[in-house]
Amino acid sequence: MTATDVAHSVALDPEEARRARLARLERVGRWVLPVVIMLVAIWVWDRICVWNEIPHYILPRPGLVLQTLYNDAGLLFSSLLVTLRITLLGLLCAVVGGVGLAILFTQSRWMEMSLFPFAIVLQVTPIVAIFPLINIYVDNQTAKLLLCAWIVAFFPILSNTTLGLNSVDRNLIDLFRLNGASRWQQLWLLKLPAAMPYFLGGLKIAGGLALIGAVVAEFVAGSSGQSSGLASRIIEAGYRLNAPRLFAALILISLTGIVIFLATSLISHLILRRWHESALAREG
Amino acid sequence: MTMVASAPAMAGARPHGAPLLYLRGIGKTFSNGVTALRDTDLAIREGDFLSLLGPSGCGKSTALRIIAGLSMPTSGLLDWRGKGQTDIGFVFQEPTLMPWANVFDNVWLPLRLRGVSRAEAEPTVRSLLERVRLSGFEKAMPRELSGGMKMRVSIARGLVTKPRLLLMDEPFAALDEITRFRLNNDLLDLWQQERFTAIFVTHSVFESVFLSNRIVVMAARPGRVYREIDVDAPYPRDEAFRTSAEYAALCREASGVLAEAIHLNAGGGHDGH
Repeated sequence: MTATDVAHSVALDPEEARRARLARLERVGRWVLPVVIMLVAIWVWDRICVWNEIPHYILPRPGLVLQTLYNDAGLLFSSLLVTLRITLLGLLCAVVGGVGLAILFTQSRWMEMSLFPFAIVLQVTPIVAIFPLINIYVDNQTAKLLLCAWIVAFFPILSNTTLGLNSVDRNLIDLFRLNGASRWQQLWLLKLPAAMPYFLGGLKIAGGLALIGAVVAEFVAGSSGQSSGLASRIIEAGYRLNAPRLFAALILISLTGIVIFLATSLISHLILRRWHESALAREG
Repeated sequence: MTMVASAPAMAGARPHGAPLLYLRGIGKTFSNGVTALRDTDLAIREGDFLSLLGPSGCGKSTALRIIAGLSMPTSGLLDWRGKGQTDIGFVFQEPTLMPWANVFDNVWLPLRLRGVSRAEAEPTVRSLLERVRLSGFEKAMPRELSGGMKMRVSIARGLVTKPRLLLMDEPFAALDEITRFRLNNDLLDLWQQERFTAIFVTHSVFESVFLSNRIVVMAARPGRVYREIDVDAPYPRDEAFRTSAEYAALCREASGVLAEAIHLNAGGGHDGH
């Protein structure tokens, strides 16, 4: 009896050891691997430029891009600020508008049935195609861009929050009814918290979309108007064959997108970590 | 609220109290044509521990929802006696806790919805948590608790308004047997201390015999009352009762009645499974 037990545990050991080793490796690899691959890619990029003797106005070497980022910092960062302002304001409007409409929808099914098609129309029509109209109707440059960012970003928040508000546990609704909860109490204490994971999922998508909306709007407006965001820096640099600055502006936009994603993910994690399945630590 | 009960709960079966509620000819037909409940009469007395026992589809949950006021009867009426419709506590089949709120906030909820502040509610909530053996778990989140503990929170929440009537809809059906036995014991203790009236929906003969002083056996298609059984065994009932010959005999009797109720339809061409 004991002999088989011992044999059993001995037979198990290497497997467990291997599993532990693998888990340790994975923990390190999760961070190290992307960084290493990114560095290798940049190095390859640099080598391609050198080996093929590509002129810097076609494909600048990474070092030159970095230097441009430093030299043109004043210009680029003030542009970044403009784009960032539009993005964040657009996102804010999307949150207010999306959540507001979703709350309206849960108060009345009729309202939802009547208005939801409009939201879908706004979502499926490409923003680039709508922009000329906005350009005619709206004078203020900031308002134009804001409207674009809002149209692109608000739908995921609206649809996710609506879904969340409608997915409340039926028994909990009964419990609230049983205890004579008012509409307001039901919304504030039950529906909004229950919809929170859905809303935060929408927010994560909307954050990236607001940036895209802001940049695209500026692109379309840039050819007709006088904007000063990162997109117009890119157009400008394109006209002048200033590839290093173009790359620098592009990198700034990507970084902004990444920061927005990380920020919304962090917000989501902080709010949900104590109760929602999505935020639970996975256990072996 | 200030009613003083003089008879100690210890001595023998509870004396049957004053009538609390009559169900008179209650029926429920859903809009899809299914008759969940037909012509049901039932008397519920103050201090009863009444089990609704029957196969699935016999309308026991529907009856409970109608009593709670969550569902309207198609026919018949609820005849409340004494002070009229009272505060009702409800315990669902699942714990049905708010996952974003900790144990304290979950139990506080019914009082909060009545405008009672956290500070005012604190002594009540704490003492109740102590009585369901969850002291020290005030700050725990529902997902950190086991199934049995979640059910305890749910029971505490049902009792926090000190309702005269506690309705339970198969609350322990999803729990393992050991946990279920413990919760049965604790529920009986609570019932004797708090002196509420309990209506307990179950499909377990053993559970209903252990807990109740009256069992209402129901039949299905359409749901209706088949027969009532009085369980005359004295309270408090404990583990000794659970293994006694008396308990076994009562279970045999109730099983027989339940089997009759189930087979009522078998002869009529309907197939009960």
